[in-house]
Amino acid sequence: MGKQALTLDETRDMLAYVAAEMQRNQDLLSEADRAIGDGDHGIGMARGFCAVGRVLGERSFAGVGALYDAVGMTLLTSVGGASGAIFGTLFRAGAASLKEQQTFDSSALSRLLLDGLAGVTARGKARVGDKTMVDVLEPAARCCAELTETCQGEVLAAVTEAAKVGMASTKDMLAAVGRARSLGERARGHVDPGAVSLYLILRSMSMYVTQLEQSVGPA
Amino acid sequence: MNRARARLTREAGYAVPPPPPDVARTGRGLGRLRLGGRQGDGRAALGAKAQARALDRGRGVLYVYGNYAGDNMNFDIAAELAGEEGIQTRTVRVWDDVASAPPAQMDKRRGIAGDLFVIKIAGGVTASVADLDEAYRVVAKARDHTRSIGIALSAGSIPETGEPTYELGDDEIEIGMGLHGEPGVERGKMQPADLLVDKMMARVMEDLPFQAGDRVCLLLNDLGATTWLEMLIANRKAHQILENQGIAVHDTVIGSYCTCQEMAGLSITLMKLDEEPGAYYDLPATSLAYTKGPHRG
Repeated sequence: MGKQALTLDETRDMLAYVAAEMQRNQDLLSEADRAIGDGDHGIGMARGFCAVGRVLGERSFAGVGALYDAVGMTLLTSVGGASGAIFGTLFRAGAASLKEQQTFDSSALSRLLLDGLAGVTARGKARVGDKTMVDVLEPAARCCAELTETCQGEVLAAVTEAAKVGMASTKDMLAAVGRARSLGERARGHVDPGAVSLYLILRSMSMYVTQLEQSVGPA
Repeated sequence: MNRARARLTREAGYAVPPPPPDVARTGRGLGRLRLGGRQGDGRAALGAKAQARALDRGRGVLYVYGNYAGDNMNFDIAAELAGEEGIQTRTVRVWDDVASAPPAQMDKRRGIAGDLFVIKIAGGVTASVADLDEAYRVVAKARDHTRSIGIALSAGSIPETGEPTYELGDDEIEIGMGLHGEPGVERGKMQPADLLVDKMMARVMEDLPFQAGDRVCLLLNDLGATTWLEMLIANRKAHQILENQGIAVHDTVIGSYCTCQEMAGLSITLMKLDEEPGAYYDLPATSLAYTKGPHRG
């Protein structure tokens, strides 16, 4: 039986870990974008998460909601283009109901993903099947909501697996929104860079919690 | 265009938005260079909100920009954030490119050089009219009366890498191609200028439609690497066509307003002018890229 919930400090450390991982994967993301975009998705995300890392280290946060909101606002102002608007909205909308909650458990993760999904689809109008990060977010949110498991590490592992399947599903899709839409058939055969980004974010969260559990041992 | 826009903004009571959307229109590479990286549009949401705060004089702020997904989302967020601060905003998205979607899907069309006319009207309106809704109405009307089409002769390049933005054969042209290489309506071998202008004008004129008795402003926009001589050859033919159709030309603008580094080609824009936008169009404006003196008559 692993950890049920992360403390506020652990949640912040987890997001700092995500920020570092996203910077580490800059080239992988840009490579994905070169195939169907302008090849700078990794640059924008790395810039955004570098800023996130700084903000997390400099400020204090009243609760989990404030943490995620700060991540969203920082991405909004530093990533650029549609990616900044979408990933910024994901975290800001997801943070709305978490407010001053002091712990981050599977129910909070579920609300983060579901509210984030609602925010992102309202903002970008993309649906499942449109070859966007929504193809990762929707199955991840659904998986999380359906899980009865409460151990945060196991929940995140399952959510990450759902995200991975979602990311892979974008490979054979035609882009229905965004600039890749004009590529038509040429977009087929490549995964969506935004989908890769969201998968990496969730995987990093999962990796952090796994390491945390290993370091503290079974509860 | 940036400068023009910023200047018009300062003259206006309402904001016409700052640089961000130009990233889309000037070409990614050039936009990046000029705006200091994608940070340029990265700051779009908060930049536009800050701009709104700076410009709001209690009368609200009018956003005018080209219709691209990223810009739309960022300006929507800016409008929401401004709203939270009690600043009222209205938005006019410019979607003048007739090649980018059929008339039934007007809101899917991209904004290209027609921005210039719509922003010019916005500058005139906001300098003269105090009511935001009224300003919105006139500017939206100007937008609805504006149509453009482009033709690409050679690809643009990304300044940092020198890489072409898309593939287009040396002897090929594409009518309707977007600034980022978005597919147009007809790709083929090079043809005489008069024939190409004929095809472009036909597409633009049938779309509104522009008809005998109409009065229009004509814009010939160089996409970045077209010579003045070529622009004048196109201009001559465009004027002949309009005259033959019984359409009066109120003003002609020729220049580089909506460009991509090294991209050869041009776009043609027509804006139908009736008395209302007409009066605002004729108001003077000054900027580095675009200057409008008192109407020459």
